[in-house]
Amino acid sequence: MQDIFFYLFAALTLLSGALVVLNPFSRNPVTSAMFLVLTMVFMSGLFVLLHAFFLAAVQILVYAGAVMVLFLFVIMLLDLKAEEQRRIKVFSAGLGTAAVGGLFALILLAIHNGAPADTGLARIEGTTFDLGQLLFTSYLLPFEIVSVLLLVAMVGVILLSKKDLK
Amino acid sequence: MIMEVSLNHYLFVSTTLFALGLLGVLLRRNLLVIYMGLELMLNAANLALVAFSRFNNSLDGQVMVFFIITVAAAEVAVGLALIVALYRKRQSAHTEDLTHLKF
Repeated sequence: MQDIFFYLFAALTLLSGALVVLNPFSRNPVTSAMFLVLTMVFMSGLFVLLHAFFLAAVQILVYAGAVMVLFLFVIMLLDLKAEEQRRIKVFSAGLGTAAVGGLFALILLAIHNGAPADTGLARIEGTTFDLGQLLFTSYLLPFEIVSVLLLVAMVGVILLSKKDLK
Repeated sequence: MIMEVSLNHYLFVSTTLFALGLLGVLLRRNLLVIYMGLELMLNAANLALVAFSRFNNSLDGQVMVFFIITVAAAEVAVGLALIVALYRKRQSAHTEDLTHLKF
Protein backbone atom coordinates (compact mmCIF):
# COMPACT_ATOMS: atom_id res chain seq x y z
CA MET A 1 0.00 0.00 0.00
CA GLN A 2 2.74 2.44 1.00
CA ASP A 3 4.68 1.47 -2.10
CA ILE A 4 1.78 2.38 -4.33
CA PHE A 5 1.56 5.76 -2.61
CA PHE A 6 5.27 6.24 -3.10
CA TYR A 7 5.01 5.67 -6.84
CA LEU A 8 1.96 7.91 -7.03
CA PHE A 9 3.53 10.81 -5.15
CA ALA A 10 6.90 10.41 -6.87
CA ALA A 11 5.30 10.48 -10.32
CA LEU A 12 3.15 13.49 -9.44
CA THR A 13 6.11 15.35 -7.90
CA LEU A 14 8.26 14.78 -10.97
CA LEU A 15 5.45 15.63 -13.36
CA SER A 16 4.57 18.93 -11.72
CA GLY A 17 8.29 19.67 -11.24
CA ALA A 18 8.79 19.21 -14.96
CA LEU A 19 5.84 21.48 -15.70
CA VAL A 20 7.40 24.23 -13.58
CA VAL A 21 10.41 24.30 -15.84
CA LEU A 22 9.29 23.03 -19.23
CA ASN A 23 5.65 23.83 -19.74
CA PRO A 24 4.82 23.39 -23.43
CA PHE A 25 1.54 25.30 -23.12
CA SER A 26 2.43 28.35 -21.13
CA ARG A 27 5.41 30.61 -20.52
CA ASN A 28 3.57 32.50 -17.86
CA PRO A 29 5.45 32.69 -14.54
CA VAL A 30 2.14 32.33 -12.67
CA THR A 31 1.63 28.87 -14.18
CA SER A 32 5.14 27.90 -13.11
CA ALA A 33 4.46 29.15 -9.59
CA MET A 34 1.23 27.17 -9.36
CA PHE A 35 2.96 23.97 -10.45
CA LEU A 36 5.71 24.69 -7.94
CA VAL A 37 3.04 24.79 -5.22
CA LEU A 38 1.78 21.40 -6.44
CA THR A 39 5.32 20.04 -6.38
CA MET A 40 5.74 21.14 -2.76
CA VAL A 41 2.44 19.57 -1.73
CA PHE A 42 3.23 16.22 -3.37
CA MET A 43 6.69 16.30 -1.87
CA SER A 44 5.22 16.71 1.58
CA GLY A 45 3.31 13.50 0.78
CA LEU A 46 6.68 11.84 0.22
CA PHE A 47 7.83 13.25 3.57
CA VAL A 48 4.85 11.62 5.27
CA LEU A 49 5.78 8.31 3.65
CA LEU A 50 9.25 8.77 5.16
CA HIS A 51 7.63 9.34 8.57
CA ALA A 52 8.83 12.95 8.68
CA PHE A 53 5.49 14.28 9.85
CA PHE A 54 6.74 17.56 11.27
CA LEU A 55 8.66 18.41 8.13
CA ALA A 56 5.66 17.55 5.97
CA ALA A 57 3.64 20.13 7.89
CA VAL A 58 6.44 22.69 7.74
CA GLN A 59 6.85 22.06 4.02
CA ILE A 60 3.21 22.95 3.41
CA LEU A 61 3.18 25.90 5.80
CA VAL A 62 6.46 27.52 4.83
CA TYR A 63 6.91 26.55 1.19
CA ALA A 64 3.44 26.13 -0.24
CA GLY A 65 2.18 28.83 2.08
CA ALA A 66 4.66 31.60 2.76
CA VAL A 67 7.30 31.27 0.06
CA MET A 68 4.93 30.75 -2.83
CA VAL A 69 2.65 33.57 -1.69
CA LEU A 70 5.75 35.77 -1.75
CA PHE A 71 6.50 34.58 -5.28
CA LEU A 72 2.99 35.26 -6.51
CA PHE A 73 2.96 38.60 -4.74
CA VAL A 74 6.12 39.68 -6.57
CA ILE A 75 4.78 38.37 -9.89
CA MET A 76 1.65 40.47 -9.43
CA LEU A 77 3.73 43.45 -8.30
CA LEU A 78 5.94 43.31 -11.38
CA ASP A 79 2.93 42.83 -13.65
CA LEU A 80 4.86 40.48 -15.90
CA LYS A 81 3.40 39.68 -19.25
CA ALA A 82 3.73 36.13 -20.45
CA GLU A 83 7.24 35.76 -21.70
CA GLU A 84 7.02 36.73 -25.33
CA GLN A 85 8.50 34.14 -27.57
CA ARG A 86 12.09 35.14 -27.85
CA ARG A 87 14.39 33.24 -30.07
CA ILE A 88 15.94 30.40 -28.12
CA LYS A 89 19.60 30.04 -28.82
CA VAL A 90 19.73 26.43 -29.91
CA PHE A 91 23.42 25.99 -29.28
CA SER A 92 23.46 27.24 -25.70
CA ALA A 93 20.19 25.47 -24.88
CA GLY A 94 21.59 22.21 -26.25
CA LEU A 95 24.83 22.69 -24.34
CA GLY A 96 22.92 23.36 -21.11
CA THR A 97 20.74 20.30 -21.59
CA ALA A 98 23.79 18.16 -22.29
CA ALA A 99 25.52 19.43 -19.15
CA VAL A 100 22.48 18.71 -16.99
CA GLY A 101 22.10 15.28 -18.61
CA GLY A 102 25.75 14.50 -17.89
CA LEU A 103 25.42 15.52 -14.25
CA PHE A 104 22.19 13.53 -13.94
CA ALA A 105 23.86 10.39 -15.35
CA LEU A 106 26.86 10.90 -13.07
CA ILE A 107 24.76 11.13 -9.90
CA LEU A 108 22.64 8.14 -10.93
CA LEU A 109 25.83 6.15 -11.54
CA ALA A 110 27.13 7.11 -8.11
CA ILE A 111 23.82 6.05 -6.50
CA HIS A 112 23.83 2.79 -8.44
CA ASN A 113 27.43 1.94 -7.55
CA GLY A 114 27.12 2.90 -3.90
CA ALA A 115 26.84 0.01 -1.48
CA PRO A 116 23.17 -0.60 -0.78
CA ALA A 117 22.29 0.76 2.62
CA ASP A 118 21.62 -2.21 4.88
CA THR A 119 20.55 -0.67 8.14
CA GLY A 120 17.74 -3.01 8.98
CA LEU A 121 14.31 -1.74 9.84
CA ALA A 122 13.77 1.99 9.74
CA ARG A 123 12.35 2.93 13.11
CA ILE A 124 12.64 6.68 13.52
CA GLU A 125 9.63 8.93 13.56
CA GLY A 126 10.04 12.61 12.75
CA THR A 127 7.34 13.80 15.11
CA THR A 128 7.24 17.32 16.49
CA PHE A 129 8.20 16.01 19.91
CA ASP A 130 11.33 14.15 18.77
CA LEU A 131 12.49 16.90 16.44
CA GLY A 132 11.83 19.61 19.01
CA GLN A 133 13.81 17.74 21.62
CA LEU A 134 16.78 17.49 19.28
CA LEU A 135 16.40 21.10 18.18
CA PHE A 136 16.49 22.48 21.72
CA THR A 137 19.31 20.31 23.03
CA SER A 138 22.10 19.37 20.64
CA TYR A 139 21.13 21.86 17.92
CA LEU A 140 20.39 24.83 20.15
CA LEU A 141 23.23 27.03 18.88
CA PRO A 142 22.46 26.59 15.15
CA PHE A 143 18.81 27.21 15.99
CA GLU A 144 19.63 30.56 17.57
CA ILE A 145 21.99 31.48 14.74
CA VAL A 146 19.26 30.78 12.19
CA SER A 147 16.94 33.11 14.09
CA VAL A 148 19.57 35.85 13.80
CA LEU A 149 19.87 35.07 10.09
CA LEU A 150 16.13 35.56 9.68
CA LEU A 151 16.39 38.92 11.44
CA VAL A 152 19.26 39.97 9.17
CA ALA A 153 17.28 38.89 6.09
CA MET A 154 14.29 40.91 7.29
CA VAL A 155 16.37 44.06 7.81
CA GLY A 156 18.03 43.50 4.44
CA VAL A 157 14.71 43.15 2.64
CA ILE A 158 13.33 46.32 4.22
CA LEU A 159 16.47 48.21 3.24
CA LEU A 160 16.36 46.85 -0.32
CA SER A 161 12.72 47.75 -0.85
CA LYS A 162 13.24 51.39 0.13
CA LYS A 163 12.55 53.78 -2.69
CA ASP A 164 15.83 55.68 -2.56
CA LEU A 165 18.91 54.01 -1.18
CA LYS A 166 21.32 56.35 0.51
CA MET B 1 5.59 -6.67 -9.90
CA ILE B 2 6.54 -3.48 -8.10
CA MET B 3 9.83 -3.44 -6.27
CA GLU B 4 9.86 -2.63 -2.60
CA VAL B 5 10.64 1.04 -2.12
CA SER B 6 14.20 1.53 -0.92
CA LEU B 7 16.57 4.42 -0.35
CA ASN B 8 17.62 4.34 -4.00
CA HIS B 9 14.07 5.02 -5.15
CA TYR B 10 13.95 8.21 -3.14
CA LEU B 11 17.42 9.19 -4.32
CA PHE B 12 16.30 8.70 -7.91
CA VAL B 13 13.34 11.04 -7.42
CA SER B 14 15.61 13.55 -5.70
CA THR B 15 18.20 13.39 -8.50
CA THR B 16 15.59 13.86 -11.21
CA LEU B 17 14.09 16.81 -9.39
CA PHE B 18 17.53 18.37 -8.97
CA ALA B 19 18.25 17.93 -12.68
CA LEU B 20 14.92 19.55 -13.53
CA GLY B 21 15.69 22.52 -11.31
CA LEU B 22 19.13 22.93 -12.85
CA LEU B 23 17.59 22.70 -16.31
CA GLY B 24 15.21 25.48 -15.37
CA VAL B 25 18.05 27.67 -14.12
CA LEU B 26 20.01 27.12 -17.34
CA LEU B 27 17.23 27.27 -19.93
CA ARG B 28 14.65 29.76 -18.68
CA ARG B 29 15.27 33.48 -19.05
CA ASN B 30 12.80 34.88 -16.58
CA LEU B 31 14.46 35.73 -13.26
CA LEU B 32 11.44 34.54 -11.28
CA VAL B 33 11.34 31.17 -13.03
CA ILE B 34 15.08 30.83 -12.48
CA TYR B 35 14.36 31.37 -8.79
CA MET B 36 11.73 28.63 -8.90
CA GLY B 37 14.37 26.33 -10.39
CA LEU B 38 16.59 27.11 -7.40
CA GLU B 39 13.72 26.22 -5.06
CA LEU B 40 13.26 22.91 -6.88
CA MET B 41 16.95 22.11 -6.38
CA LEU B 42 16.78 22.95 -2.67
CA ASN B 43 13.72 20.72 -2.33
CA ALA B 44 15.49 17.88 -4.09
CA ALA B 45 18.30 18.12 -1.54
CA ASN B 46 15.71 18.15 1.26
CA LEU B 47 14.11 14.98 -0.05
CA ALA B 48 17.48 13.22 -0.21
CA LEU B 49 18.31 14.30 3.35
CA VAL B 50 14.98 13.10 4.74
CA ALA B 51 15.38 9.78 2.94
CA PHE B 52 18.91 9.35 4.31
CA SER B 53 17.66 10.24 7.76
CA ARG B 54 14.91 7.65 7.56
CA PHE B 55 17.05 4.82 6.28
CA ASN B 56 19.96 5.53 8.65
CA ASN B 57 17.74 5.70 11.72
CA SER B 58 18.98 9.13 12.67
CA LEU B 59 16.97 12.32 13.09
CA ASP B 60 19.94 14.62 12.37
CA GLY B 61 19.08 14.75 8.68
CA GLN B 62 15.62 16.07 9.43
CA VAL B 63 17.01 18.81 11.67
CA MET B 64 19.27 19.75 8.75
CA VAL B 65 16.22 19.95 6.47
CA PHE B 66 14.51 22.19 9.01
CA PHE B 67 17.45 24.59 8.84
CA ILE B 68 17.54 24.42 5.05
CA ILE B 69 13.85 25.37 4.86
CA THR B 70 14.48 28.34 7.16
CA VAL B 71 17.50 29.56 5.22
CA ALA B 72 15.64 29.05 1.91
CA ALA B 73 12.79 31.22 3.15
CA ALA B 74 15.25 33.99 4.06
CA GLU B 75 17.01 33.57 0.74
CA VAL B 76 13.77 33.86 -1.23
CA ALA B 77 12.80 37.03 0.62
CA VAL B 78 16.14 38.72 -0.09
CA GLY B 79 16.29 37.46 -3.68
CA LEU B 80 12.81 38.66 -4.53
CA ALA B 81 13.55 42.05 -2.98
CA LEU B 82 16.60 42.24 -5.23
CA ILE B 83 14.50 41.33 -8.27
CA VAL B 84 11.98 44.05 -7.41
CA ALA B 85 14.78 46.59 -6.98
CA LEU B 86 16.25 45.54 -10.34
CA TYR B 87 12.87 45.77 -12.01
CA ARG B 88 12.44 49.32 -10.75
CA LYS B 89 15.66 50.32 -12.50
CA ARG B 90 15.24 48.38 -15.73
CA GLN B 91 11.53 47.58 -16.13
CA SER B 92 12.43 43.98 -16.96
CA ALA B 93 12.98 40.69 -15.19
CA HIS B 94 14.50 39.07 -18.24
CA THR B 95 18.12 37.98 -18.06
CA GLU B 96 18.85 39.14 -21.59
CA ASP B 97 17.89 42.70 -20.68
CA LEU B 98 20.10 42.67 -17.60
CA THR B 99 23.53 42.24 -19.10
CA HIS B 100 25.18 45.37 -17.71
CA LEU B 101 27.57 45.19 -14.81
CA LYS B 102 26.81 48.73 -13.69
CA PHE B 103 23.42 50.38 -13.41
